[in-house]
Amino acid sequence: MSNPQQLRYSKEHEWLSAAENGVSTVGITAHAADALGDVVYVQLPEVGDQVAADGTCGELESTKSVSDLYSPVTGEVTEINEDVVNDPSLVNSAPFEGGWLFKVKVDGEPEGLLSADEYTSFAAGN
Amino acid sequence: MTTANSPSTPSGPRKTALDATHRALGATMTDFAGWDMPLRYGSERDEHLAVRSRAGLFDLSHMGEITVTGPQAGELLDYSLIGNLSALKPGRARYTMICDERGGILDDLIVYRLGEPEGADGFAGAVAPEGYMVVANAANSQVVLDALNHRQAGFDAAVRDDRDAYALLAVQGPEAAGILARLTDADLAGLRYYAGLPATVADVPALVARTGYTGEDGFELFVSPGDAVAVWEALRAAGTEAGLLPCGLSCRDTLRLEAGMPLYGHELSTATTPFDAGLGRTVKFEKTTNDGRFVGREPLEAAAKRAASSPPRKLVGLIAQGRRVPRAGYPVVAVASDGGSTVVGEVTSGAPSPTLGKPIAIAYVDAAHAEPGTGGVAVDIRGTHEPYEVVALPFYKRQK
Repeated sequence: MSNPQQLRYSKEHEWLSAAENGVSTVGITAHAADALGDVVYVQLPEVGDQVAADGTCGELESTKSVSDLYSPVTGEVTEINEDVVNDPSLVNSAPFEGGWLFKVKVDGEPEGLLSADEYTSFAAGN
Repeated sequence: MTTANSPSTPSGPRKTALDATHRALGATMTDFAGWDMPLRYGSERDEHLAVRSRAGLFDLSHMGEITVTGPQAGELLDYSLIGNLSALKPGRARYTMICDERGGILDDLIVYRLGEPEGADGFAGAVAPEGYMVVANAANSQVVLDALNHRQAGFDAAVRDDRDAYALLAVQGPEAAGILARLTDADLAGLRYYAGLPATVADVPALVARTGYTGEDGFELFVSPGDAVAVWEALRAAGTEAGLLPCGLSCRDTLRLEAGMPLYGHELSTATTPFDAGLGRTVKFEKTTNDGRFVGREPLEAAAKRAASSPPRKLVGLIAQGRRVPRAGYPVVAVASDGGSTVVGEVTSGAPSPTLGKPIAIAYVDAAHAEPGTGGVAVDIRGTHEPYEVVALPFYKRQK
């Protein structure tokens, strides 16, 4: 699955949307979802939580493993995706759309993120 | 084009005769016991449910076949294994184990007595028509081979490494018999659970066995590696209408877990006797040969007494009340009414159960907390005590 051009990407396989009114959306990439296998449980940060770039802020459980969720950016969580909490398979079926995880009011300019093309090359080497 | 199972090289894990087939199907591969095996082709949940409701097709060529022949083949196996294999009739199979001198489990096995069942007519071209075939787990096959070779001394029997002689395919699920019937002359209706017979499948010779590791009806097909792709493709074509899916090791693990079947390295180890694992019924102290002598007999007798009078721990099932998944090695705790907790066991296998829709686990738990329905039992999932219900195994039993 191709990685949308308008998003930016972390080396922990999260994506970050461009900010609208200072708020960006976070999810995991199709590459990461595919590597996890069927996601059966997601634990997300709570609204109001402070998250730090490259800090853990939740976890994703699949049939075979549990993985930490990292925030690609520093800021305050403004919304979480209740749909994905109730139906974690959205992470697999629509990782860039209905499977988004949380929204964050971004502090400052995100650093060290990759473009879609850079991430595609990075993921291919994993 | 097909090739024999390739030998292990320093450059990576071994590949089965179906390797190119798996890759063409887009399988996610994984290194399992030194073999490059398909973990899943698409969604492991879909694969799991296909086996429960329709049929699934597996490549199990990593399993290790060892053939034992000669006038005293049965005596050698009676001495080397915990079962009474000399009493096994041709065409039948047994689940059994090989133990060390202290009664610890070296591996769990299926042993097939080859040859024609009494009263059968015609011989359709067996892959290995006589003696016994011992099927070991991939990770333990060398240990089992070494032990059999060591224990062979004094018996008029030959132990042959046939690990490269076979590819192993399994078709499992309620539609498995109907699918296989379209490709074989074998009398599947007359083939009982834990029986096997030589037959022709998709125009090639095969040993067809009604065995499996999924909790469903199904068959395991031992074929020449050179025939593996043809048999695989024929089964896929014959199963399309019934909804057969190619299935990876990921769903094989959740299927066996729901069926309460142990996995070596998880429920079974050299630190465990068959009695500790709740599988004491597989130990046959009354044997037909060798005056009942077999490797591990004395420690196993002691283990049997201990299990009958004061078992230290028991293997139980746990069903989650929440959604977080227990994993092998997580502590099982008893939570007191004052909130204090003590460790009373350990998870050996855990996964989200596609059939139950909840996380499940198999665990060794202190006998005092092992009765089904025992309250206050939790699994320590990365620091949080998640409540779990203690149940008897298995979690799932098919309707017959």
